[in-house]
Amino acid sequence: MTLRVNDLKVHYRTLRGDVHALDGVDFELADGEIMGLAGESGCGKTTLGKSLIRLDGRMRHVGGTVELDGEELPIADDRAMVPFRYHRVSLIPQYAMSALNPTRKIGRMIDELLRSRGVRPRKVADELRRRLELVGLEPDVLGRYPIELSGGMKQRVVMVMSTLLDPSLLIADEATSALDVSTQRSVVESLVGFRDRGYVKSMIFVTHDISLVHQMADTVMVMYAGRIAEKASTRTIIEAPRHPYTRMLIGALPEVGTTTSDTRLEGIPGTPPGLLDPPVGCRFRARCPLASEECLRTPPLTEVAPGHRVACWKTGA
Amino acid sequence: MWRYIGRKLGIYGITFVVAVTINWMIPRFMPGDPVRSMLSRASVSDPEALERMTAYYNEVFGLDTPLHQQYFAFWAGLFRGDLGVSVWLYPEPVVDIILRHVPFTLGLLLPAIILSWIIGNRLGAFAARSKVLDNTVLPIGYILTATPYMWLALLLAWALGVVGGFFPTAGGYSFALTPSWTWGFFTNLVSHWFLPFLSMFVVALGGWAIGMRNMIIYELEADYSNYLQALGAPRRLIRRYAFRNAMLPQITGLAVQLGTIIAGALLTEVVFNYPGLGTLILNSLNNNDFFLLQGIFLFVVVGVLIANFIIDIVYVLVDPRTRVRMTGGAS
Repeated sequence: MTLRVNDLKVHYRTLRGDVHALDGVDFELADGEIMGLAGESGCGKTTLGKSLIRLDGRMRHVGGTVELDGEELPIADDRAMVPFRYHRVSLIPQYAMSALNPTRKIGRMIDELLRSRGVRPRKVADELRRRLELVGLEPDVLGRYPIELSGGMKQRVVMVMSTLLDPSLLIADEATSALDVSTQRSVVESLVGFRDRGYVKSMIFVTHDISLVHQMADTVMVMYAGRIAEKASTRTIIEAPRHPYTRMLIGALPEVGTTTSDTRLEGIPGTPPGLLDPPVGCRFRARCPLASEECLRTPPLTEVAPGHRVACWKTGA
Repeated sequence: MWRYIGRKLGIYGITFVVAVTINWMIPRFMPGDPVRSMLSRASVSDPEALERMTAYYNEVFGLDTPLHQQYFAFWAGLFRGDLGVSVWLYPEPVVDIILRHVPFTLGLLLPAIILSWIIGNRLGAFAARSKVLDNTVLPIGYILTATPYMWLALLLAWALGVVGGFFPTAGGYSFALTPSWTWGFFTNLVSHWFLPFLSMFVVALGGWAIGMRNMIIYELEADYSNYLQALGAPRRLIRRYAFRNAMLPQITGLAVQLGTIIAGALLTEVVFNYPGLGTLILNSLNNNDFFLLQGIFLFVVVGVLIANFIIDIVYVLVDPRTRVRMTGGAS
């Protein structure tokens, strides 16, 4: 088991009070697993990704633990997290296009980063070139400035750079959102290739694009309003989702393989609840067609089938 | 690169021509007749002698020819390094007078600009480091930049010169000394130089510190800083990147500010009666010496243009993005 997250709670501090962005998140990530993390904007998926590598100034770790390869990550302690960063946990950020220092040649920036993390650049130089070629880049990009590269090229540079030290866990936060569809596909394929070659042990792929998750992920975790709604294998999530939210999310997608559709795609009416003062019980209650009395109590995340966990009272229905 | 420099040179060339033309026009269309004022000082009472002297001086200064001929003669003289003869210090050539005063202004300006820029940037970057520092450096910086040059100059002259008596408050060196390459003269020169320098340095310092502080905070919030932090890079590396990138707008700022700083230097010189171009401007104005005035402005304009050109070139060398745009890279 690469990653085990127990009851993780992370709040955002604001002037009006704490925003409960992550409110008791529980999941595990197996060795070699690529997990798609899906949900609407503001559901806490980016917060979860950030929590595993670096809390920003406004985020506060309230409770829960994170274990990586059997070792507890001191996520609340910025300084103690440093040895883990890059070496054990790495990140492909949402803003990969602007993640490179515009006034440094790419090769020099990578060297300086490596040296600052106690790695001799020469030791990984060959590997760096090999991996650049693997994602379809000429090694001479190292001698160029970021502005001389296209968006897709920058994205791939960041991908190679982030995974250069073979981390156990890679968090890809909306790594493909800013790319066009054909580039998205090659980036996704490269990421799967990195996992297959063992460059990264396991991966959390944060996205709002379920069809993309479908292409690459082994499992999918759906979050809603700071909590996990459902986690299961990709196939199960697409074909037999149990949580009403997941069902509506999947229902809101055009069906794979169809070119014309007779039925209008359904959206999900309503908006997610504010997390400054989250509602009691099931958070999806207000938008859920199946909601009833018992939904006033918080549904536990229960395993309904091996590897399939759902937080809903209506899973039996 | 060379095409870029060529284009820039062209733009600066046009600016130069326009500046020279305006420079030539202003004194000629200004009210007041310089020859008459010069003669009135000589208090010539005989009207016939006065007329002949007026005609003579008009010929000497070339004021008897039509305006367009005066204009072309001005350009021709410019290329020979001849800016005419001063009215005030007749018959000394304008160029000689200016060259005598230029070292004082440059000696004041260059250290003040360069040191305030370097130290101000360092200070601003340093202030962005912590809340406490920020809360002290920022208000002080705002007060300093809002201070008019001559007001601070007066204040310093009063406090450190008149009351404290640490420094002389007027002149470039003691009248008791003659310029020479001796240690005594040099220390005297420095003690006269210090107060005008300090007042300019301090005012400019605040502006640079504020600019740098804002820029570096912006850079530290930039995506690349966040990315490096997430990968555990030490603060030192991130700060180095941020500092370098924050310097770029400061270089442009230097080019923009140059004119203001020079104007400030001229005022400061007047306050301290420092024998640079500023005091010379005042004197030539008081004496309706428009040849001298014209020459000084020309020097200032050329100086600003050269400095801007150098900054343009430096900017291209330090910012790869401008270089890429010129050679036409991807994206």
